[in-house]
Parts: sequence; structure tokens; C-alpha cells
Amino acid sequence: MASPMRIRAASKDGVTEVRVLMSHPMETGQRKDSSGNPIPAHHITELSAKHNDKVVLSAQFGPSVSTNPYLAFKFKGGASGDKLVVSWVDNKGESRTDEVQVS
Amino acid sequence: MNNQRRDALKAGGGLGVFGLLAAAGLIKPEMALAAWNKSAFDAKSMDAALAAIGAGKPADSADIQITAPDIAENGAVVPVGVVSNLPKTEYVAIMIEKNPSMLAASFEIPEGTMADVQTRVKMGQTSDVFAVVKADGKFYVAKKEVKVTLGGCGG
Amino acid sequence: MRQKTIAAVLGAASVLATATAVTAQDLNFDEYRQMLADGNPAELFEMEGEELWRTARGPKNATLEQCDLGLGPGVVEGAAAQMPRYFADTGKVQDLESRLMTCMETLQGIPSAEVINGKFRQGERGKIASLVAYVVTHSNGKPIAVDLSHPKMKEMYAMGEKAFFYRAGAMDFSCASCHGEDGKRIRATSLPNITTAKCAAEGWGSWPAYRVSNSQFWTMQHRLWDCFRQQRTAEPIFASDVTIALSVFMAGKGNGGQAVWPGVKR
Repeated sequence: MASPMRIRAASKDGVTEVRVLMSHPMETGQRKDSSGNPIPAHHITELSAKHNDKVVLSAQFGPSVSTNPYLAFKFKGGASGDKLVVSWVDNKGESRTDEVQVS
Repeated sequence: MNNQRRDALKAGGGLGVFGLLAAAGLIKPEMALAAWNKSAFDAKSMDAALAAIGAGKPADSADIQITAPDIAENGAVVPVGVVSNLPKTEYVAIMIEKNPSMLAASFEIPEGTMADVQTRVKMGQTSDVFAVVKADGKFYVAKKEVKVTLGGCGG
Repeated sequence: MRQKTIAAVLGAASVLATATAVTAQDLNFDEYRQMLADGNPAELFEMEGEELWRTARGPKNATLEQCDLGLGPGVVEGAAAQMPRYFADTGKVQDLESRLMTCMETLQGIPSAEVINGKFRQGERGKIASLVAYVVTHSNGKPIAVDLSHPKMKEMYAMGEKAFFYRAGAMDFSCASCHGEDGKRIRATSLPNITTAKCAAEGWGSWPAYRVSNSQFWTMQHRLWDCFRQQRTAEPIFASDVTIALSVFMAGKGNGGQAVWPGVKR
């Protein structure tokens, strides 16, 4: 089971700024373990963020995104108390969804 | 290459993993996105990566700003931000020229979301970082060099 | 592939060896570090630590919410900035890790031996690291304020100073070999001169930290253990007196400086 994300969403002057930290190894598939065996790729592939019920960002990640990925973006609108939901899936089919209230 | 992944992607066809999960009833259908662009992420040259995202030969643009350090202490984590001042920006991709797979991440920017995204990428060595932007149906590009020092022990 | 990497590393090292090729100015990572500070992945460990603090665990099925870190039971705010400190109930000077061990043993019934004999980032010692991330976050931005007045603190400070300059191991290194002069570095990494108040504060006040090179969160106990390992000397026992003494020395030297916790490192 994947660990929770840390999501911060703050609304100011009509713009909501969202910052997300995800807990994920983002293994490239190019590394070898101590016995020389290749470590299979394991990385987030797709991500979406929704404000109330509207998609405000969708993203695709490759293995070049850093371990424990960080993502920040801004959208117009959003008010204190609104719901913001972020979901990701990875190449092994694991997924995680977390939500916060906009502050 | 991870065979499991290849099989999963093959089985997924055009659905993408979100699509698959939606089909399996694991997530709500509205969460399903466009398919993960495997050919773009697997591309081994800038031209191939650009072709795979449909960008062809994007025009240079001064309206795209890349925020990244001039020099990174560790290539494992290099902060990259892209701001596009081009009207009707709908898509942003970050590419690292000297990485084994150039395309690092891409973002669909729906109306109402600002063309202002930040993430962090791995860089194997000093390289140009490209921001490819689709605005009003056309593709544009900007670049910035980021120097990467190789770390060892210590710290 | 591996050979290529080694060649590249050696290449980089030889470039650095040529003083004229790379100046300190070229190796200015302030901008890079600034960009990483916002959204430090250590926050993921802090979240886990906060959860652990509030979760009933161990043979006694209790939370850590009554843990006294020196400012009274359950007070987390500002506690780390005043540690290490002397605790009358144990009759010992304790750093944050060893104090958490005491709380886990007395409140939850988790034996300290599980932590001491464990491995970094695993089991109960790994859980302590997450708890550390949680506790230090609540001292972020505060001045380092370690009270050295108790005789036991004075004793530990003196022992820490002695340990800092004590040369040992196959290389005959002390802590001071790397951290006793200005302007030293290992490859591109600047090494703080811990004998100065400013750099002691910088060092003490920037660990524990998330290390981007291996995506791990390291406590000060982990950092000190690795310094001993790099000295090629005997590895210290987790939370042993010498580690706490070194912490008292560094924190005491750095008193008044600002804690930037948790840190983020290359």
C-alpha cells in the first residue's frame, strides 16, 4: 500500500496554489542491485488533480521524475474549504488518492 | 525492459492505466485520462520525442520561462519550473536532452489552470532542459542549460 | 555502464583537484538549495512521524502524546531546539533520539534494545527517524537554545569537545580533520568548520535532513554514525554517550543560531 501524499492547497487573490509531495521510489529500470541484477522500472505514470469535480491538472510522468516526486501548480478560483483530490497510478498498477481542503 | 510493464501496457491498449483501472471498476471513470504516451517516454532522440508528442519542429519562444538552477548539487533531484505566457497554453512537456529517456513529464493544462508548473527531475549529466509548450494548437520551445556536479561520499 | 560512471567521477574529482579549474563561485548551490527547501520530501517522513506520535502502539498500547521532551508532557513545539538537555527522571543528558527511546520504553513498553540493536531506517529505529522529523519540524526557524548550565551538560560538552579532536582509526582522522578549518570540502560538498559558532549552528541547525542523493531521511545519530564510518574508526553504538556528547558540543557551540529543520541535503 502506497504511503499518503502531502498535499497543500492555498487560495489567495483568486488563485489556488497546489503543492504535492508523493511517496514513490520512481525506479528508472536502469539500475542494478548489489548482486548485479537489474532493478525493474517502477514509476508513477499518470496523475490527476481535481478541484471539487473539475480536473485542474493531468500529468504523465516518466522514470526521469525524481524519487518522492514534487509537483506544484496554480489554478484560478478555489476557495477556503473546497475539496482538492489528487490521484496517481504507476506502471505496476498501484494507485493512491488523497484529498485536502483548500486553505 | 520490464516485461511485466510491457505486457500491462500491451493489455491496456489505448486505455492507459487509469483507463484500465476505470474499466476494472477500481477508480471512477472520470478519473481516467488519456493513455500514457509510451512512445514519447521511450523515445531515444529529441526528434523522436518531439514527434511522439506531435510537436514536430517547435518554434523558439521567448514567452516560455524555465526556472531551474544554473548548477545542481545532485543530479538525482533537479527542480524545474515552466511558465508559459503564450495565450491558450494547453500542454507543457519537460525534456532533458542528455537523459536516456528525454521526456521527463508532460502536463495537460485545462482552461482555468495557469501555465505554471514545477516538478523535479533526474539528470544523468549536464544538459539542456527543454520546455515544449502547445498553445492555441501550435508548438513552441525554450531551453536552459543546467550543470550537474557528480556527487560522491560526504555531505 | 558502471565503469563509465567511475571514469566520470574520477574525471570530476581531477577537475576539482585543479584549483584553478573550478572556483568556489562555480560551486555555489544556494539557488539549488533554495529551490529544494520549498516542498522538502522530509515532509513525507514528518507526516508519518505525526501519525506515529498519535498511534497507540507497543505492549502497553499507548501513544507518545504524554512524552516529555523537556518542556512538559506532550509539548512538541520548540522542544527540539533545546535539546540535548539534562533530564532529571533518567538522570542523563539525552538527545532527541535517546529521549524518544525513553518515551517509547516507559509509555509504550517498546524496549530500547530494539532500537539500539536495530538498523538505520528499519524497524523501531526507522520509526524514531520519522518521529524525529515530526518533532524537529516544530522547532523550525527557532534559535538553537541548549542550556549548558547543568554539571552533567558541562561534562558532556567537555567530552564532546575531546571526542571532536580525538584522532583514531586507520586514517588517524578526527572530526576536526574535516570540520576543523574553513574552506574544506569533499568533492563539491563544502564542509562546515564546526569549531566556529556560525558553522556549528549551520551544521547542527541543518540536520536531520532529507538526502536527495539516496532519497533517505537521516537523523543526527545517523549523520554522526556515518562520520565515524568515513573516519574508518569503530562505529558508535546508537545513542551512546559519545554521540550525545558530540551533539552537546555542536549544539552548544551553535547556540543562538537558527534551526532550519528538517534540512535538505545533496
